[in-house]
Amino acid sequence: MVEQSLRSTALEAVHESLGATFTDFAGWRMPVRYDSDLAEHAAVRERAGLFDLSHMGEIHLRGPEAAAALDHALAGKLSAVSVGRAKYSLLLTEDAGVIDDVITYRLADDHFLVVANASNADADAEALASRSAGFDVEVEDSSDGTSLLAVQGPLSEEILLRLLAAGSADEGEGVVGIGAEDITAMKNYRFLTGTYRGQDLLVARTGYTGEDGFELYVPDATAVELWTQLTEVGGEDLTPCGLACRDTLRLEAGMPLYGHELGADLHPSQSGLGRLPALTSKQDFVGRSAFESAEVDDLPVLVGLVAEGRRAARAGSVVRGPDGSEVGSVSSGALSPTLGHPIAMAFVRPELTDVGTELVVDVRGKDLPVRVVALPFYSRS
Amino acid sequence: MTAELLYSKDHEWVRVESDGVAVIGVTDYAAEQLGDVVYVDLPETGAELSAGSEMGEIESTKSVSDLFSPIDGTVTEINQAVVDSPELVNSAPFEDGWLLRASFESLPEDLLDAAGYQAFTAS
Repeated sequence: MVEQSLRSTALEAVHESLGATFTDFAGWRMPVRYDSDLAEHAAVRERAGLFDLSHMGEIHLRGPEAAAALDHALAGKLSAVSVGRAKYSLLLTEDAGVIDDVITYRLADDHFLVVANASNADADAEALASRSAGFDVEVEDSSDGTSLLAVQGPLSEEILLRLLAAGSADEGEGVVGIGAEDITAMKNYRFLTGTYRGQDLLVARTGYTGEDGFELYVPDATAVELWTQLTEVGGEDLTPCGLACRDTLRLEAGMPLYGHELGADLHPSQSGLGRLPALTSKQDFVGRSAFESAEVDDLPVLVGLVAEGRRAARAGSVVRGPDGSEVGSVSSGALSPTLGHPIAMAFVRPELTDVGTELVVDVRGKDLPVRVVALPFYSRS
Repeated sequence: MTAELLYSKDHEWVRVESDGVAVIGVTDYAAEQLGDVVYVDLPETGAELSAGSEMGEIESTKSVSDLFSPIDGTVTEINQAVVDSPELVNSAPFEDGWLLRASFESLPEDLLDAAGYQAFTAS
């Protein structure tokens, strides 16, 4: 084992001053919780939470053929995305496995930003660079130097408006170029650019919690100021949140996590993402032929499972059918903080995916009866 | 806390009551590391405990950890309150968040005192 020092975000000292418990996440020293992950989870569902997601990767593609390069490199049709919009897509292997699931923002006709999972950021940057080789485009990995703060929860719009108001009262020291009416009118998967304290700012209405929310990209230089001002204007309505609750929030919302519901050895169709590749509207892309020719009908399929009690199935738990035979395995599981009962996502035999199907999960030697349900487990009203 | 506690390297504490029965729980250090405890699986009354062996499980939202008995003994009572309200492990690990009581013949010699446990968790 090679000892590697952990990378830290620009907000590390802020997290330490807040008493955060840290964890090693994909080589980054990240806050896992500040106080109670259940309280942080509830804050996002009921008010708003503030996350440091600066470990995520940011890769820019600039050039006249940036759109064509991404159409080749990713499964989605990025050339069809309008400036100011974002799209969820997959970076596939030649074998149609998933290298990463990414969100791509179109900043200009010739400029895209690909946001990668921290654990895959280096692989993504490498794949995007090599796949862009035949195109007139520059690929720049600006993960180092870019901070990402997320404000998530029903009060997040209100908090963004307070941030804008606080800035304008301060001689334009805050957000410039994005107005209150722009924020209230912004739809999901749209974004705007402006500046915060004179530095670049990208505000997107995206998230990974199942709630309304915004993600704010700034250079590291203004990350602490932005975090501090958000907590000032947010007050009691905005709770600093660690990665522990981010995982339970996304699980309740039925969102896939790379390495659990997506991976290089999984066909996207198994994860319910078989419609993401743009098969009819564009030509060849990396992974296309393998994607189309794969025999997927007999592969395990992702389902939602619920149980009673408090004992949760966890990733890796074996799923058994009515006759006791092994029919799948759990990819993510937890006691749902919002719903109060165990929830899990699992890959199971395709003939056992009907809602209401009764199965059993072997939770460390004890049988837990579970039932197949439609995803998501939780959706905001 | 007035009674003197002993600690295992598996982060359980032991308090010997005046009736000679041991009360067992997890330390505040362990509770802090676990995060919010949402489920506790304890042995039945009458179960035999063996020092260093698994006696149950404790789950937080994120993880599952085995509970290891700090002593050899026999379970005489489990704390139903902590089964019903696992958050007691976080809010009062040395008090209402105790896990079980057990009778015993003798205590293992490798249990730590407070200073020893503090040094152990600091290392």
